[in-house]
Amino acid sequence: MASIKISEEVCKGCALCVTACPKNILRLSAKSNKNGYFPLEIFKPEECIGCANCAVICPDCVIEVER
Amino acid sequence: MATVFKKTSMLTDAPSHYCPGCTHGVAHRLTAEVIEELGYKENVVGVAPVGCAVFAYNYFNCDMQQAAHGRAPAVATGIKRVLGEDTLVFAYQGDGDLASIGLAEIVHSAARGENFTVIFINNAIYGMTGGQMAPTTLLGQKATTCQAGRDPKVNGNPIKICEMLSTLDGVAYVERVALGSVGGIRKAKRALTKAFKYQIEKKGFTLVEMLSTCPTNWRMTPKQAMDYVNEEMQKIYPPGVFKEVK
Amino acid sequence: MKVLMKGNEAIAEAAIRGGCRAFFGYPITPQNEIPEYMSCRMPQVGGVFIQSESEVAAINMVYGAAGAGARAMTSSSSPGISLKQEGISYICGAELPCVIVNMVRCGPGLGGIQPGQGDYFQAVKGGGHGDYRMLTYGPSTVQEAVDIIYDAFDKADEYRVPVMILGDGMLGQIMEAVEIPPMKDPATFPKKEWATTGKGYGDTRRIINSLYIKPDELEEVTNRLFDKYKIMAEREVMAENYMTDDAEIIITAYGTVGRIAKSAVNILREEGIKAGLLRPITLYPFPEKEYKKLAQRKDVKMFYCFELSMGQMVEDVRLSVDGKKPTLFYGRTGGNVISPEDIVKAVKSEVK
Repeated sequence: MASIKISEEVCKGCALCVTACPKNILRLSAKSNKNGYFPLEIFKPEECIGCANCAVICPDCVIEVER
Repeated sequence: MATVFKKTSMLTDAPSHYCPGCTHGVAHRLTAEVIEELGYKENVVGVAPVGCAVFAYNYFNCDMQQAAHGRAPAVATGIKRVLGEDTLVFAYQGDGDLASIGLAEIVHSAARGENFTVIFINNAIYGMTGGQMAPTTLLGQKATTCQAGRDPKVNGNPIKICEMLSTLDGVAYVERVALGSVGGIRKAKRALTKAFKYQIEKKGFTLVEMLSTCPTNWRMTPKQAMDYVNEEMQKIYPPGVFKEVK
Repeated sequence: MKVLMKGNEAIAEAAIRGGCRAFFGYPITPQNEIPEYMSCRMPQVGGVFIQSESEVAAINMVYGAAGAGARAMTSSSSPGISLKQEGISYICGAELPCVIVNMVRCGPGLGGIQPGQGDYFQAVKGGGHGDYRMLTYGPSTVQEAVDIIYDAFDKADEYRVPVMILGDGMLGQIMEAVEIPPMKDPATFPKKEWATTGKGYGDTRRIINSLYIKPDELEEVTNRLFDKYKIMAEREVMAENYMTDDAEIIITAYGTVGRIAKSAVNILREEGIKAGLLRPITLYPFPEKEYKKLAQRKDVKMFYCFELSMGQMVEDVRLSVDGKKPTLFYGRTGGNVISPEDIVKAVKSEVK
C-alpha cells in the first residue's frame, strides 16, 4: 500500500500533479491555504500506487511518497 | 513502508517565490538532488544569476554567490580556478542571463573548458522583469517587447545554445532536456547527473539546457505551459545530447 | 637590493609578493606588461592567471575568486576600467577585498594611449551605480607604487574593500631602480570565515551577495560601508608635504604630476619664490586635514592645483580649503604631460 504526505501550506495549487497522476486520484482542495492557494488533496488514497509522478512534476516539493 | 520520494536536504526550507507551476522549482530540486546523491553537498559552490532565479541563494543549502546579470560563468570561473578541482561548482542561469547579456561569458567559459556545470533554464522569455522577448523566444511567440509576435526581420532569430556550444573544443558534455513532463524531468535528472559526474572527472565544461515553463508571462495555465514546452518549443529546441566526451 | 624594472612589471611582481595568487586581465595599452608578466609569474607561484574575454568578465572573475577567499587582482586602463564599473559596484556591495590597477590614459572615448588623470572622479567618487568608495592610491614613482600594492591586499582584507591603484601611462612605462619587498607569508593572512570555500552547509553556509530587496536591510549595508570608510579616513590617509612649512604658494598635484611638481618647487625656490608641494598619496580617503592646516596659515597665499585633466581633484581641494584661500587650476589633456617649466611659469604669473 502506498501513500503520499502533502504540505498544504507550501502548495501553490498549480495542479501539475493532478495531470501527472496515472490513477487520477488527485484534485485541488476546496479550502485555500494561508497563501490563498487551493492546495492538492488526494480523494482516493487507497488507489495510490506510489509511482511518485506527482512528486517528480511538483515544482515545490509539496509531496512525500511512501510505498 | 519505505520512502520513495522525499525533499532533499540540499534545498533549504525557504518557500520559493516562483509562480505556481513554474518549472524553475523542478530544476532547483534536480540540481540539489544530484549534488546530494553524488556526495558533494558539503563541497560545492553555486552561482545564482540575475533573473527569476536571482534568489536561488536562498534555496540551495550550500555556499552561494550572487553574480551580476550574465556574469555567472565568469564568477564561476574565478571560484573554480582558486578553489581547485575537488570542489564542485555550478552556475544556474536563465536565457536572458546566458544567451543575451552573458553570451560572451558562456562561450568563453566553454571554450576555455572551465570545469564547472551550467544549469541553463530556457523558458524563452524574461520572466522576472515581466515578460519581455528573450534571445530564445520563438518566432511568432508574443512577448511584451514583440507584442505582435517575434518577427525575425525586427527581432532576429532564436539562439540554439546547445548546438552552438557543442562546436567548442573545451566542452565535455552538452545536453538539452525538456521539463514539460514527468518523463522529461526524469531524463533531465539523468543528464544533470552525467554533467556533474563529468565535472568530477575533470573532463571540462558541462551544460544542461532545460526547456522550462513560464505560465505567468506566457499567459497560460501551468498545464498549457507544459504542453507548450512539449509541442512548440521542442520543434525549435530538440532535446538530445549535442556533445559528450566519454 | 635594487633592480631596474618597468613600472608595470614591478607592480605585478610586488602584487605577487603581497600575496596575490589570482590575476584576471585583458590587453589594453598602456598596461599590457601587467597581464604579460602575470601570465609567466603566476604559474611559478602556483597562482591563477586568466586572460579573459573582456574587462567585464575579468572583474567578475575577481568577484568569484575574492568571494572564494583568494587574494585576487585585475588591471586595465581607462576604457577597460569603465567596463568594470558595474562589477566594482557589486564587489563593494558584497564587501569583497581585491586590488584593481588602472594605468590611466587620456580620454574621453578611445582617447589616446598617453598618460592622463581624467579618471579621478570615476575612481574616488564611485564610477558605478550606488553609494560606495574604493581605497584609492595615486603613486608618483615606481617604488611608491610597489610599496603601496605590496600592502594593498592586507588593506583590502582588513576593510573588505577593493583597493584601486590609480597610476598612469607614464608610471607604467618608465623604468626605475626599485627595491621589491620579500614574499609575504600566507600564514599571516587573515582567515576569511565569510568566503565561499564550498564547505558551508545549512546554517554554516556563506553567501556572497549584494541584493537586498528590503530597504532597511540595504540601508543597513550602505551605512555599514560608510562607517568603514570613516575608519579608513582616520587610519589610511597618506599625503606628502614637500617644503610647505614656510611656503606661500601651495602647489598640489598627485601621481606623475605630483613628482613633476616637486622639480618645479625646487626651481621656484632657487628663484626665491616660497613654493611648496602638498601631494595626496591616498586619493580616497582624501587628505582633507592637510589642506585645512595649510589653509589656516596667514602666510599661505594660494593653492595651485595641477592635473592632466580639465580639473577633477581641484574640486576636492576647494572643498577642503573651504574658501579660506583661492585655489587656482592648470590642466593639460590629450596626453600632453605638464612640464616643470609649465608649473614654474604658471606660478610666477600669479606672483607679482
